[in-house]
Amino acid sequence: MEKMKVLAEWSYDPAKPFRGYTGKTLKVNVGDMTFESKDVSEDMKDKFTGGRGFGLKLLWDSVKDTTKWNDPENEVVISGGPLCGVTQYPGMGKFYAVFVSPLTDQTYDSNAGGHFGPLLKFAGWDAIEIQGKARKDVVVVVDADEKKVKILESPFDDVNAYTVTEALHEYFGDPDDINDRRFSSVLTAGKGAETSFWGCINSSFWDSHRKMPRLKQAGRGGGGTILRDKKIAAVVVKTHDLSGTANNPADVDTLTRLGAKLHKEIISLDSKQCRMRTAGTPHLNEIMNEYHLLPTNNYKFGQHKDADNIHSKVYEKMFTQGIADGCWYGCTMACAKAVDGYELKTGPWKGKKITVDGPEYETAAGLGSNVGVFDPEWTTETNFYADHYGLDTISLGTGIAFVCECYELGLISKDNTNGLDLKFGNKDDIMELLHRLGEGKDDFALMVGKGIHKMKDLFAEKFGADRKVMERIGMEGQGIEVSEYVPKESIAQWGGYFLTLKGPQHDEAWLIFMDRVNKQLPTFEDKAEALHYFPNFRTWFSLVGLCKLPWNDIEPEDNATKHSPQEAARVPEHVQNYVDIFEAVTGKKITKEELVLQSERVYNFQRVFQLRLGKGTRKFHNIPDRALGPVWADEWEARTEYYDNELKAGGIDPAGLSSQEKCDRLQKIRREQWELLVDTVYKRRGWDKNGIPTVKKLKELGMDIPEVIAVVEKHAKPEDQWKD
Amino acid sequence: MITVNGEPMEWKREMTVRDIIDAKRYVFPLLAVWIDSVPVPRDDFDITEVPDNANVQIIHMISGG
Ligand code: SF4
Repeated sequence: MEKMKVLAEWSYDPAKPFRGYTGKTLKVNVGDMTFESKDVSEDMKDKFTGGRGFGLKLLWDSVKDTTKWNDPENEVVISGGPLCGVTQYPGMGKFYAVFVSPLTDQTYDSNAGGHFGPLLKFAGWDAIEIQGKARKDVVVVVDADEKKVKILESPFDDVNAYTVTEALHEYFGDPDDINDRRFSSVLTAGKGAETSFWGCINSSFWDSHRKMPRLKQAGRGGGGTILRDKKIAAVVVKTHDLSGTANNPADVDTLTRLGAKLHKEIISLDSKQCRMRTAGTPHLNEIMNEYHLLPTNNYKFGQHKDADNIHSKVYEKMFTQGIADGCWYGCTMACAKAVDGYELKTGPWKGKKITVDGPEYETAAGLGSNVGVFDPEWTTETNFYADHYGLDTISLGTGIAFVCECYELGLISKDNTNGLDLKFGNKDDIMELLHRLGEGKDDFALMVGKGIHKMKDLFAEKFGADRKVMERIGMEGQGIEVSEYVPKESIAQWGGYFLTLKGPQHDEAWLIFMDRVNKQLPTFEDKAEALHYFPNFRTWFSLVGLCKLPWNDIEPEDNATKHSPQEAARVPEHVQNYVDIFEAVTGKKITKEELVLQSERVYNFQRVFQLRLGKGTRKFHNIPDRALGPVWADEWEARTEYYDNELKAGGIDPAGLSSQEKCDRLQKIRREQWELLVDTVYKRRGWDKNGIPTVKKLKELGMDIPEVIAVVEKHAKPEDQWKD
Repeated sequence: MITVNGEPMEWKREMTVRDIIDAKRYVFPLLAVWIDSVPVPRDDFDITEVPDNANVQIIHMISGG
């Protein structure tokens, strides 16, 4: 590759991390080509902790109340958090990207593995804000070795992820030592991210075994779309200042001791528990099918007769075994599985042999059962191209599933799809739609790429499709597609998906087993308690830079015999590890209650942030009928006995009713239950009837920042306050 | 009769924890079992008999997501 032209550059002195923080954040404006270093105050650490918390704080300071996703002041803020970069304990290399989303017009946060988060910190920065819009494609480089931040003219005609990532790892590596490429990490999006709102951010790490870069994704929310709107082809971070103690932790012995214990636990128990080391997250495929949770044909069904074709054993065989597939150093969980030597059958790289990262469970289900396809090779191919084009596989799967159902219902036709026969399971035409999305030229594909929320408007307006039907079956909330679990049989999971800060992604709470199978949440108060605790506990991972999987996809052998059923579900020993690790890195002592409090501060701040952007009230916590229960007769008839009993439990005798009438009656019952759930959860969270955090709550949390209170006071109404 | 996760289930002589798990098709690997509030180690599921009238809790740890 030819030397890239420098458009702007700025020198800095990389701050060394101390107790997990460098104390500095970087702002790069690619529009006016400026650079700025900001100090991190103790107050910022206390209120926002790091990671997503820092991202939200920096974004808050940079946008206006009216900012839309494609305004120049919108940012992509990337931050790992104080524990990010620890190598002694598994799962500690995540970063969180925060931005105003094109799909939801409010803040979104999305995480990725890969080495970018840790390297950014070791290059001197607790966070990077990227703002402005470049006039032509650029590459942003944070080079701690040279002590410079640069904006370079992008040489890439093909901005797709693998092309750009491979070239940049080579460009920034020592030509005489291929493994020197591990000291860089590259963020990319892709061509598909330019025209679709499903743009993902790919984050690389150099795989020293395979001698190639691998890609992990901050898939959700459209962060990649913003990168391309800013004409950013890539962001590179580079530093050789990398070691197991680069965080300069307070107590390395504790980290080593806790890490050694968990490594041992994972190595000895994983094969009996989740098989993450060999099957990765697809170990869930057959389990979800067995419990009627595997989304099939746009979440109509939770089970399918061909599900054995996508059994984890099939994926296990496709994945290369025996390689330590951790996406950051020290992760013995090693679930970042890959298919090597896969020969592409379609698209611009047809015939080329490549390595595919994944498929993970969400992709296996989204670009599999949910679109009616039970063919792992096909899913693997879609996975590769989605990453390469910079498209989120979850929104893609759920979005195409919606398109297929609209097509099968006759709401749209072949005339509208530019000749594609988009029935469920029609692999060739669905693949072609993916390539059209990647290319960004076909007018139908352009509509699809705007997401279900906007597709409903576009299909109604342009094709006369029935809006009411689309509202019922479109699996989105707050503008973003639902991730890949059937929620309709768990009232708590309605909340886990649809009472979230940013829309239906399962990173806040996954309560289906607790609620529906274990029957641990019998009352609405129990469900609300879970919808308070789990989102707040899980938010903490995003503040400190952790992967959630080593928390509860492995558990100590005595977890269940040592604790009560309710406690065991929280995996207390692992929670205590996190409490101890926080102190071991930062030197600050916290309790497990304070850990949740750290999250609750940011959780409520983000809720107010949504409010500030014109969202964040009850009317945006909407749920489609398909998420509540069966919509059409064939869904009922797939589980007649089960649903008849559900109706009886609601006080209605199903005898004499047609299946469609039964669906409609059950919907009515469940809609009322939904409203009750919303009230109970809002109350538990300290929000008013309209879903706005109360001033009292913000004061309790120490988040009574004047400008935050001002937003609440502007929107809260006396009639929405609870009486007690 | 026994109760499993709050639902009645017919009791059979020499019924083990594993028999209940199989009958319920609980294929999830991270199961934790309590019989009348007493925990049963995972390695003992095959050999632990469930007495009549027992209150059995078969808890699926969260995982997923
Ligand atoms: S558990 Fe998997 S996703 Fe999480 S850090 Fe480890 S390898 Fe990466």
